[in-house]
Amino acid sequence: MTKITFSVNGESRTIETDPLRRLLDVLREDLGLTGVKEGCAEGECGACSVIKDGLLVNSCMVPIGTCEGARIVTPEGLRETDRGRTIIDAYADSGAVQCGFCTPGMMMATEALLEKNSQPSEAEAREALSGNLCRCTGYDMIVEGVLKAAERGKGLW
Amino acid sequence: MVEAYRPSSLEEALKIRADKGALPFAGGTDLMVKYRYESGAVPEYPAPVIFLTHLEEIRKIYSQDGELHLGAGTSLAELMSHSEVPELLKEAVRTIAAPGLRNTATLAGNICNASPAADGVCALYALDSRVKLSSPRSSRELAIYEFITGPGKTELREDELLTEIIIPRDRSTTRLFRKVGTRKANALSKLSIAAAARLSGERVDEVRIALGAVAPTVLRSVELEKQIQGLSRAELSERLEHFVQSYEAMVQPIDDQRSTAVYRKKVAVNLLRQFLTSIAA
Repeated sequence: MTKITFSVNGESRTIETDPLRRLLDVLREDLGLTGVKEGCAEGECGACSVIKDGLLVNSCMVPIGTCEGARIVTPEGLRETDRGRTIIDAYADSGAVQCGFCTPGMMMATEALLEKNSQPSEAEAREALSGNLCRCTGYDMIVEGVLKAAERGKGLW
Repeated sequence: MVEAYRPSSLEEALKIRADKGALPFAGGTDLMVKYRYESGAVPEYPAPVIFLTHLEEIRKIYSQDGELHLGAGTSLAELMSHSEVPELLKEAVRTIAAPGLRNTATLAGNICNASPAADGVCALYALDSRVKLSSPRSSRELAIYEFITGPGKTELREDELLTEIIIPRDRSTTRLFRKVGTRKANALSKLSIAAAARLSGERVDEVRIALGAVAPTVLRSVELEKQIQGLSRAELSERLEHFVQSYEAMVQPIDDQRSTAVYRKKVAVNLLRQFLTSIAA
């Protein structure tokens, strides 16, 4: 057991746990942040995406022992910000959500993209979402949502 | 339950590696899949684990004597955005997985995992790269083709860590990297090619060709390259089919869930021909 202190959505958390547990499980089970989804558990689907120290990561691929001092943002944190609300509204207005399971991860990938590149091209949006699988929409509406968020959110990123 | 170590220096990491036989854990994107257990459960590692990527000593990228040194802890995304990383390697890394995994995964891990289908490794063969292996008492360098000995097999000793990847300056004038997979993101390669050549006027001064996923390790023939080097572009053009056939004889792929031996061989040889044609007259 190891004591690990890290920040989640701006709040400092200290937990004592096996450092080899996945960040995904700590977020969902210990902290109740179930916006982070487990899809494939092998880094392929992006449903568990979070932002760690400013970078998009698959939380199923991150042992909690590597998170000492890290700053984590989950979908629960993103949705409370102007950026998050802009992404949510743009997704809704684009019909980008069907079953919704991939949506939290897609939103995190969208935030990570717009943070680096506030006015992406369609090709750049597709590349940024390439690690996030959606089995409902066929992606076009999600890409539209990303571009709509970029357009409406001028100045936010 | 195995131990996990988070050393505070490379020296301490090397000591843990030597004393405990601990499993080097860089980005972890292969290890977490290889040893994953049930949903919600801790992966079942066969040995204690040492986390490495936070160590400053192996997070540097620097040039020395005309060669680029990549610290083993640097992520694939960090390589992609570094101005001195050769374009051939960047192109290969760009085809690995997707943005989230590239923020986590390392090239050092790609090497130590020693898959013949590793796209980054294919480019490293074509770039004449070496690896630096450190132990508590000493360090040594091996060429990438000496280090990787078979699928999942390397020369890494039980007291060693791969600490640096060393890449000579790439002076090529023509390059090709192609990965053939089921889709662009996240797919593992059916096969890949990384090739570079330096042309001066009408002569082929240098050529380096690596083929991925068509043999137990990445395939590169220095012998055939020597036969091509020094030829005029017209001479290469005349002897092109001879060289293609020589490579074809060496390409010995397998059937697996990703592709068939027949497809792999056909496409690898076609890509090789495409590259040789691009440098011939």
